[in-house]
Amino acid sequence: MDKIIGSVWKFGDDVDTDLIIPARYLNTSDPQELAKHCMEDAQSGFSERVRPGDIIVAGKNFGCGSSREHAPIAIKAAGVSCVVAKSFARIFYRNAFNMGLPILECPETDDLVTGSRLCIDFDAGIIEDLQSAKKYSTRPIPPFMQELLADGGLMQHIAVRVREGRTG
Amino acid sequence: MPMTITEKILAAHADREQVEPGELINARIDVALGNDITAPIAIDAFRKSGAVSVFDRDKVVLVSDHFVPNKDIRSAMQVKLVRKFAREQGLTHYYEGGQMGIEHALLPEKGIVLPGDLVIGADSHTCTYGGLGAFATGVGSTDLAAAMITGEVWLKVPESMRILFHGKRGPWVEGKDLILYLIGEIGVDGALYKALEFEGEVIEELSMAGRLTMANMAIEAGAKNGIVAPDKTTRAYVSGRAQRVYQFYKSDAEARYSAVIDYDVGKIDPQVAFPHLPENTRSVKEAGNIPIDQVVIGSCTNGRIEDLRSAAAVLAGKKAAADVRLIVIPATPGVYRQAMAEGLFDVFLDAGAVISPPTCGPCLGGHMGILAQGERAVATTNRNFVGRMGHPESEVYLANPSVAAASAVLGRIGSPEELR
Repeated sequence: MDKIIGSVWKFGDDVDTDLIIPARYLNTSDPQELAKHCMEDAQSGFSERVRPGDIIVAGKNFGCGSSREHAPIAIKAAGVSCVVAKSFARIFYRNAFNMGLPILECPETDDLVTGSRLCIDFDAGIIEDLQSAKKYSTRPIPPFMQELLADGGLMQHIAVRVREGRTG
Repeated sequence: MPMTITEKILAAHADREQVEPGELINARIDVALGNDITAPIAIDAFRKSGAVSVFDRDKVVLVSDHFVPNKDIRSAMQVKLVRKFAREQGLTHYYEGGQMGIEHALLPEKGIVLPGDLVIGADSHTCTYGGLGAFATGVGSTDLAAAMITGEVWLKVPESMRILFHGKRGPWVEGKDLILYLIGEIGVDGALYKALEFEGEVIEELSMAGRLTMANMAIEAGAKNGIVAPDKTTRAYVSGRAQRVYQFYKSDAEARYSAVIDYDVGKIDPQVAFPHLPENTRSVKEAGNIPIDQVVIGSCTNGRIEDLRSAAAVLAGKKAAADVRLIVIPATPGVYRQAMAEGLFDVFLDAGAVISPPTCGPCLGGHMGILAQGERAVATTNRNFVGRMGHPESEVYLANPSVAAASAVLGRIGSPEELR
């Protein structure tokens, strides 16, 4: 993963997991079904209008509330390439890395608006607003998380251990 | 070097003398928990990994409590999948039907989680067990899958915040009000990634039910865990329930905290959290005239016998207002039986309540009490997010059981004081 370009969908502070995927749809874990209702109560019509590669940008404490992994699953299956927020709730942060949804912390998300085009350079940790050509730096991904990403997520990492007969 | 109770439990489970905030550790798990919503994803990941058996059939606990009794075909399929896995793996602790209670009320009641344990659960309110003096935190389904296979979890050692409560609780002020007040003060991300350690004379006098309520909502401040040092109240609660050895830990006097906050509870009124965040708290006295359509008394936060007693004490001899649907949900079969034996069901039925079987049900907008567009509920639950209990244009107000009961009678948000 090096660079992505996508359009911004902007949300506010404290976007909770009930907004990302309402519990009324948790009677399934099918990613495509969940994607149909992604962000439904925050912005109706999101799932129909979001394009592959688009980027969710939000304020502080994104993903607060429930531990439901359906939340990052729904976002990823909706085609969103990355979530950028000032901060993330801890279970969401963990889940996103575990299941391979790229997320970045950036303190300056107030500057970014719906519809603007961003180029995100993951290796450099730089977000560029292509209209204004303004660049924003992101908080570096902790080394352990980078290892998890490199392994292809937590389960791939575990699967290697299982194959080697070390557990399970 | 001095350590907090959280650091001590983490160190012990990582076979370390010492851990420090910020360190990443691999820790042994005493209990790994999943439910009918989160376990299906974990079971799928478990199978895809090629794993054959769980690391310990006594330590993987599955509870089908969210959308049960099965609310629709899809929910029934999910529960069936969880049940099949539990049977195939020979799990000691799988709960469904008449054995099932809301997980975070059931596990302490049955002595499955104990002081000093390290518990992870694919449910954000797993932090409840901190009330017993355990380290317990919510994770996602993938973490649960990995834990079911390896018996281990990777954790970053959190910084701890020390929250002291001193003074004397006023009438109708319960554990729920202390935690709501705290969340109102520090905000829904006020303890992000941190351990919340509850201490002080007020906590020492608090029942186990009150402590579990407080730890339960630590996640509502963004915390990794909430914790209360175990004491004689804890010992009285776990003796007779525990089937294995457990350990009491407590923070060293010189342990380091990222913050120390001290509250005089004499100044804290019963609290109400207004829509749509648990931090939107105010005194029930300042609620204003807000008519309501429904009251829910139950959940992993406030569905224990002590909570039902508080509600019944307010409801005795009274009726819910004509247009208020009052729903009472005993959290476990044990709570249900006890409430029945104490005659609380007569009080609830006389008040016009519906008594539900144990279920998470309406708390997360699953079933058994969904709100229509424009409707308002007072609930003893833990979240009042947009659409949490039903229609995206409905509203949930969080309160303790006695305030919820009084509100049912008044037909608007109000205090038990107003019924005297």
